[in-house]
Amino acid sequence: MQKRYSWKEFQKEIADDHYFYVRSCIRQNFFPGSEQAFLNIMRGDLGKDVFEDARHTSCTGIGYHSDIVPLETIMTVVARQFALMTEAGYENLTSSCITSFGIYTEILETWREFPETLERTRESLYKATGRTFEIPKNVSHNSDVIFHNREQIAAQAKLKLVNALTGEPLRVVEHIGCHYAKIFPSKGIGGSEFPYVLAGMVESWGGEVVDYPERRHCCGFGFRNYLVQSNRGYSVANSRKKFESMAPYKPDFIVCNCPGCTMFLDKWQYTLAEMEGSTYGPDGRGIPVLTYEEMAGLVLGYDPWALGMQMHQVDVEPLLDKMGVDYDPSSKYLGKKGKFIGAPEVATVNCSAVDKFYRIKR
Amino acid sequence: MKVTIIGGGVAGIQTALALKGLGHDPVIIEKEDTLGGKLRGWHRLFPVMTPARDVLEPMLKQLRDQQIEVMASTEVQAIESDGVVTSRGKVESRATVVCSGFDLFDATLKEEYGYGIYDNVITSADLEQMMNNGKIALADGTQPHRIAFLHCVGSRDEKVQQRHCSKVCCVTGVKQAIEMRRWFPHSEIYNFYMDIRMFGPGYEEMYRSAQQEHGIQFIRGRISEAAPVKGGKVQIKAEDTLVGRPLKMTVDMLVLLIGMTAGCSNSRWTECTGLSQSDSHFMRPLDMFEGNVRSELPNVFYAGTVTSPKTIGESLNEANAAAMRVAAYLETL
Amino acid sequence: MIDFGFGVNTARAINMDTNDLDTAREIFDRLPDLQACMACGSCTATCTAGAITSFNFRKVHTLVRRGEYGEAYAEMSKCMLCGKCRLVCPRGINTRGVVLLIKKKLGDY
Repeated sequence: MQKRYSWKEFQKEIADDHYFYVRSCIRQNFFPGSEQAFLNIMRGDLGKDVFEDARHTSCTGIGYHSDIVPLETIMTVVARQFALMTEAGYENLTSSCITSFGIYTEILETWREFPETLERTRESLYKATGRTFEIPKNVSHNSDVIFHNREQIAAQAKLKLVNALTGEPLRVVEHIGCHYAKIFPSKGIGGSEFPYVLAGMVESWGGEVVDYPERRHCCGFGFRNYLVQSNRGYSVANSRKKFESMAPYKPDFIVCNCPGCTMFLDKWQYTLAEMEGSTYGPDGRGIPVLTYEEMAGLVLGYDPWALGMQMHQVDVEPLLDKMGVDYDPSSKYLGKKGKFIGAPEVATVNCSAVDKFYRIKR
Repeated sequence: MKVTIIGGGVAGIQTALALKGLGHDPVIIEKEDTLGGKLRGWHRLFPVMTPARDVLEPMLKQLRDQQIEVMASTEVQAIESDGVVTSRGKVESRATVVCSGFDLFDATLKEEYGYGIYDNVITSADLEQMMNNGKIALADGTQPHRIAFLHCVGSRDEKVQQRHCSKVCCVTGVKQAIEMRRWFPHSEIYNFYMDIRMFGPGYEEMYRSAQQEHGIQFIRGRISEAAPVKGGKVQIKAEDTLVGRPLKMTVDMLVLLIGMTAGCSNSRWTECTGLSQSDSHFMRPLDMFEGNVRSELPNVFYAGTVTSPKTIGESLNEANAAAMRVAAYLETL
Repeated sequence: MIDFGFGVNTARAINMDTNDLDTAREIFDRLPDLQACMACGSCTATCTAGAITSFNFRKVHTLVRRGEYGEAYAEMSKCMLCGKCRLVCPRGINTRGVVLLIKKKLGDY
């Protein structure tokens, strides 16, 4: 991995400040702490201006990729987000979601290539809402922005991605998400074969990126394939292929770029453990899966429960202990105001080999 | 009469020898400090494993014996009607033969194969170099057991603007596979191909002997990606298109059969003369038949891979043909 | 174990790392001319059994050479040993020999 250099050729322009922020449907539900962490890091730690308009909606990308939302509709929805941005006086859009990022990029390219579709979209939006919009000057994914500021984060770091006991760098596998750079390789840092957006953060913050044979393989999200229950075997089989491939490299954690990938690489580990009894981490447990904001948050000394890490299906405590994070295990399921928010049942993926031998879970 | 020859590879050398034989006064202008071009880096030649030096050295000896003028380490900057402009000044001549050859495809452009990133992914040119050095080994010095060759790297591939077939890589892949079998008798060798284009004399026979006598496995399908595996191995994915199923395997060494791309100086020739290039950026000869060594200008001629991928034998033939054409042209002056 | 209402699809790739290639090797060591197949398909085009069943001689022996023996024995049993494939094979492969050898070697599979 040290020899990966192609990212230097695939560089894109990332705005330095004044972002209009758009959220992810999946993350608001499954990793809500990550989006808040992004805002806190940007505003609090980095002193940047990030504006959010509560009226912005889903980009409808999941519906689009599931053949439910037509192209004309999604173009108009996206145009409405741009209209909110224009009205607020912003020019740089930053998206929390890879699917949305892919959608924004694809639609902007479509408008560039087929200007008549842009005109039709302007007309549809105006008829429906009376709004007009400007094309954003810069579109980035949130991870691009964190990558852009990775050295500043490193300078402000409270912790490094190293094993606190041994001093060895943590071994990290990164997963980029297909729609980050497989649609437009030039729009992703490092291109699609050797993307550097997460690897760059890991390296700047003291960790070691571990390559493995199925690194480039899709997590299996597949939109319509997981939406239909009986088709989920497609999705989980692809995630399993990745787990089996990465397990021999003993990663300390997986860091993800894309909401869907984070969700599936985390939750399918639970599912596979319950369905087949297979786990892929050390000591019979799962491999923790982090968003890049959670990774940045830990480095900057955020409390893991404030980052929302209690929402993970694979427990993160073994990783926190390894990193030497100062946290209170007993407050894991206490909400913001100290109120118990409920705890999940014990799951196979979080049991050690010894627990399983004595059937502690059941 | 004085004739400038741009490029001192096999085509340039043979053109010079032939022109000298016809009583003219050729001068070879070579940008590198040694003559021989790409052939210098090659170990053996298909289809009968002729050592490359057995072809090149007698030619160089003749060149010396006949005292043909060579300007090495000299770059041609422009072709003009009365000669060429070089990095060492103007060389006047009545005709110019462009023998500037081809470039090897840069395998790093096919990022998915990890050339330059993964230790044991090498090119066909690297393998020839290893054979010339007398040692073929993995990065850690050990012997490869499982070896895969991938055909058409930088050929028939619009993603890297190489639409053309490089012609010689199929037979090179077969030749190198047989050589690997000789170096490593107990290895497993796989060639991944889309078509096997055995156009030359003895080529098809060589292909058959690779299959039957040397036990080389041919799998029809293009490798889609190579990924690193512990211990320096490489995992490859392809479709076995003859059975319609994806296939994956781990190999110790992946050899990329890199194609021929148009020489980088071609655009310079176009700019200074108004000559034209084909879609693949090779120089376009006057026509594909009777004028295949002539250009659109009466005093500029072509020989060898400047116009398209060719074998050594074909380049030598073109060199002789170009010399005849030049001589006929000089008669008319 | 929990039933989530879906299974995990099995991988379809031919895995040359885990397949048993020794049996395949024994087959083409005995009949090396099988290796000379260039997949022209004339054997299958003319096959008496292939005309009325899904038998595809070319595909079955290719799979065997990749270590995929699953259906090979049953498939090869469809061959009527008429010998037309051997007549048409441009590479002169002893096709009936291949059928019989594969059946013999893979009888246990």
